Amino acid sequence: MIKTERSKSTRSPPGLEESTSVEWDLRLYIAGRTPKCVAAFSNLQKLCEEHLAGQYRIEVIDLLENAQLAKGDQILAIPTLVRKLPEPIRKIIGDLSNTERVLVGLDLRARS
Amino acid sequence: MNEASLTLAKCASGIAGLDEITGGGFPQGRTSLVCGSAGCGKTQLAMEFIARGARDYNEPGVFMSFEENEEELKSNVRSLGFDLDDLIERKLFAMDYVAVERSEIEETGEYDLEGLFVRLQHAISSVGAKRVALDTIEALFSGLSNTAILRAELRRLFRWLKSQGVTTLITGERGDGTLTRQGIEEYVSDCVITLDHRVTDQLSTRRLRIVKYRGSTHGTNEYPFLITHTGISVLPITSLSLDHAVSDERVSTGVPRLDTMLGGQGYYRGTTILVTGTAGTGKTSLSATFVDAACRRGEKCLFLAFEESQDQIIRNMRSIGINLQPHVDKGLLKFHASRPTFYGLEMHLLVTHLLVEEQRPAIVVIDPVTNLVSGGSVGDVHAMAMRLVDYLKGRGITTVMTTLTSGGNNLEQTEINISSLIDTWLLVRDIESGGERNRGLYVLKSRGMAHSNQIREFRLTNEGVELLDVYLGPDGVLAGSARLAQESKAQADEAERRDNTRHRYLEVEAERRSLAAQVAALEAKISLQEKEMQALESQEAPQSERREAGRAAMAKSRLADAPVTATRSRAVARKL
Repeated sequence: MIKTERSKSTRSPPGLEESTSVEWDLRLYIAGRTPKCVAAFSNLQKLCEEHLAGQYRIEVIDLLENAQLAKGDQILAIPTLVRKLPEPIRKIIGDLSNTERVLVGLDLRARS
Repeated sequence: MNEASLTLAKCASGIAGLDEITGGGFPQGRTSLVCGSAGCGKTQLAMEFIARGARDYNEPGVFMSFEENEEELKSNVRSLGFDLDDLIERKLFAMDYVAVERSEIEETGEYDLEGLFVRLQHAISSVGAKRVALDTIEALFSGLSNTAILRAELRRLFRWLKSQGVTTLITGERGDGTLTRQGIEEYVSDCVITLDHRVTDQLSTRRLRIVKYRGSTHGTNEYPFLITHTGISVLPITSLSLDHAVSDERVSTGVPRLDTMLGGQGYYRGTTILVTGTAGTGKTSLSATFVDAACRRGEKCLFLAFEESQDQIIRNMRSIGINLQPHVDKGLLKFHASRPTFYGLEMHLLVTHLLVEEQRPAIVVIDPVTNLVSGGSVGDVHAMAMRLVDYLKGRGITTVMTTLTSGGNNLEQTEINISSLIDTWLLVRDIESGGERNRGLYVLKSRGMAHSNQIREFRLTNEGVELLDVYLGPDGVLAGSARLAQESKAQADEAERRDNTRHRYLEVEAERRSLAAQVAALEAKISLQEKEMQALESQEAPQSERREAGRAAMAKSRLADAPVTATRSRAVARKL
């Protein structure tokens, strides 16, 4: 369902989409093209390329278009990054400018 | 301009009593805050606001919960008669449970709460909501750590809600020295209500107070409220007005002679009757008699018992020939027995209100009202009794209150000083004499009717209450055996007196007869003498004629012309 709802602006990096082993399923909730949302998306892309190259998929959901989707993942804050896979679900809110904390939030780095 | 446009538009909550205090409800299109400590009914109030709006006012609503999920909320209000599923189906209600789990959220940089806005917007537009409740928005503070962002976002949220034109209710947990833990009352300037759950002398009372209500007059007191099986009930108990409609209709007391004492027809309908007396003088029995008579007429009665249980009253009254059970079975009579200490005074008042609203009785009995003193101070009880009397009078309900006067106190004074509120005051008292205690009853006052000033002996017999004349003798008022003794003595005296009279009558009669006989004898004598006199007279007349003739002949022969004859004839007459 979510895949079909995918927004036009949410292309995953070319060539990675068809990757056979997608271990990281990430979802970024935004509400319109606000500076925070744009920043979050670019921060996320950069981070994924650096740390998860080839094993991730990013789905961007614009709540202004699909408001009903906010309930499913209990979205409050915008932007919110949800790590659907691997389990357990993690949520990272904010523009993802603090890379360290994003990595901690994604369990890519141990909590200090 | 009409009046409505001059005053603030209000959105009725539909909660009993609350709309009276707020003068119509919450400010329409604005945000109101309901705050209070845990378990004082915030969620309940918010939910009722939405659910009643949807069900009773046809105003769709959105309930956004941060604490309880949909299923919990649904089951919570189902017992109050709200079927949320049905309201959801009819597009009158939308619910959104917002879970904020701090452990799974990592904050990295700037964010806003647009997600919340989007969800709220979505819920509002899905049903066309006019009412919104956010319960408890402060939960956000425990889920998100950046309070600067939260505060800014909340301020934006309230502004946004206002711009949406929805009437919003938000709830907040009471903080230390502040109305809410996070001070969100700062952002809500239109209407703030606090709820409170206080325990005084081990009695807990829920109270509600309007802290502020911009642009509107409102009740400023603390109002007790109750969460019952029909939801929240607030009691605006301080409305004291003296503009009850009065009735000229009379209601029988159930005791024919008491009716006679009260101008022949009993109490006025809608008045307040006080029965005072010391212990065991029959106050309850007198009330029960009244109730029994009313139920027989088919009137509804409410019996508030603070001393005895329903079964006990019914059993005891059966012993004096009053069977209340059939009335209970028919639903005409409803008992409400509770310990005065079970809850606070205001709660008693509130419960009474609710019972009266539910049962709509013509007659209410409070037995005894003085027992409530154990639930509060004398002053409080007085105030409560006043409100109660006022309320019941306003509804045209005839009220019988009994008060217990403790021995040694002035009988003509009630412990809680409510006598001035009373229209008809009956005093039942002991009359001690001849080693007995008997009951006496009198009407101390009865407004608006000519009432008897006499003391009656008040008896509880197998056939109910009975009033008897007391014996007023040289030794004062006599009752009971003394009265019986006095009565039989009086009867004996009377018989003796009657005998005496008869005897005397006969004596006089005999004397009269003997006198009559004497009179008859004398009369016979008189008539005899009269006859004799007549006989004598008849002999004398011819002789004197002859004498005159002789004398005339003699004079003729002597040729006399002097009137000597007259002298001589007079002398003759003297001789006779």
